[in-house]
Amino acid sequence: MAGQSDPQLSLFSCQEVEFLAEDELVQIIPNMKMEALHMICGDFGPFLPQIAVNVPLWLAVALKKRAKCVVSIPEWMSVEKLTQVLEAERESPREFQPLPFHYIEISRLIFDHARDDIPDVYMVRSLIEDIRDVRFHKVESGLETISGRTHAVKLKNLSAMEVNIVRPFVIRALQAFYKHDSPQIIPQPEASGSGSRRPQVADRGPRRDLRPR
Amino acid sequence: MASGSASEFDSALGGTNEFPWTNDDSNSLETTDIELLKKAWRNEKASPEILHFQSDLVQRAREQIQLLEGTMDEFEDNNTDDLLVSIYQMDLDRALFLVRSYLRIRIFKIEKFIAHISRSHLWNRLSDQERNFAKRCIDIMEKHLQQCVLSRLPNGYQSFFKQSVSSVEDDMIPEPQLDTFVFCKSKGAVGAFQLDDIGDEIVDLVADDLYVLRYKSIKALVESGQVDLV
Repeated sequence: MAGQSDPQLSLFSCQEVEFLAEDELVQIIPNMKMEALHMICGDFGPFLPQIAVNVPLWLAVALKKRAKCVVSIPEWMSVEKLTQVLEAERESPREFQPLPFHYIEISRLIFDHARDDIPDVYMVRSLIEDIRDVRFHKVESGLETISGRTHAVKLKNLSAMEVNIVRPFVIRALQAFYKHDSPQIIPQPEASGSGSRRPQVADRGPRRDLRPR
Repeated sequence: MASGSASEFDSALGGTNEFPWTNDDSNSLETTDIELLKKAWRNEKASPEILHFQSDLVQRAREQIQLLEGTMDEFEDNNTDDLLVSIYQMDLDRALFLVRSYLRIRIFKIEKFIAHISRSHLWNRLSDQERNFAKRCIDIMEKHLQQCVLSRLPNGYQSFFKQSVSSVEDDMIPEPQLDTFVFCKSKGAVGAFQLDDIGDEIVDLVADDLYVLRYKSIKALVESGQVDLV
């Protein structure tokens, strides 16, 4: 059956995840005057010099590229907040701290396009990298607990990019466990069967726990 | 795949639909059609089987796109500020991408599971254009396989749908794998939810938490819009 490999497992490409992140709102302070925008994705503006306004990230990046605005760095991206988050991440080995669902993509886009608007850019950058590393390490050690009895995994506060990275592995692992754990997946000989089906797998013996590595 | 236990499970899940949940609260959060389309796109991308075609939504998105395209032409005529034009162009491109990608994933699924879709209730989930496409696609596929392979096989092995004449069911039809696991998020608290037809696996779905669950067990919740795939 089609349980072996599925090319569609890695569903979203990184670009697609970034596309989703670009719709998150950020605050900008424009330096020009422009009428309100009535776009398909919503209405934004009007834009007046020095008056802060919320816009989708893609718009902020577009305006920033043309030097039409200053991006106000989101509160969670301050050195103070990130230091707290990093400490909390390190203290609780099994929990993830609440961060924006698209924190990796948002911070990356801001680093790439609006780095001069970030105070302490190097500090912020390395903090976010550290947070990413700590969290990913937690994900990895969390994956080791997946077993045959795992029917559901709860991943509170895991972010979009982190989901996207572990998705192929988690799905394959859970599928494999599920497949080997469910007796009814193996077709039972049907009463009316004509014996033309593939050879039946004999009794697989008592279920054993896999040896922990 | 159509084992007794599976269908029993489906009907048990069907019962959960009768709980008094409404989607009203979600409408206030996701006001723009783009948000809704994005959700439909994500769900369609992440679910193993084809979902209901969001005809109204796609229709509305198309109208808005056409409207904006009209406005863009006007901009060109009266020399509007370049910045404004480029912003609207970006907005338009993003909307177009979503619509196209949504339709493409569906076409991909239709091509892949064509035989299964055309012979099951999933057929009702397609739009008229998709049905046309599916019909032509399956005709061509059948003809091609018949000419290249099946007509040269011994008698009894020439069916497009069966391994041989002795097969009881149609066992040569690729089906979407509903047993696969998906990442999902519930919007409201769904509460305790039974996951499995065998074990007494119960999960308490808390709003906005991320879970990895078997698609089959949350199928009904996805279809009713209570759970979003991520």
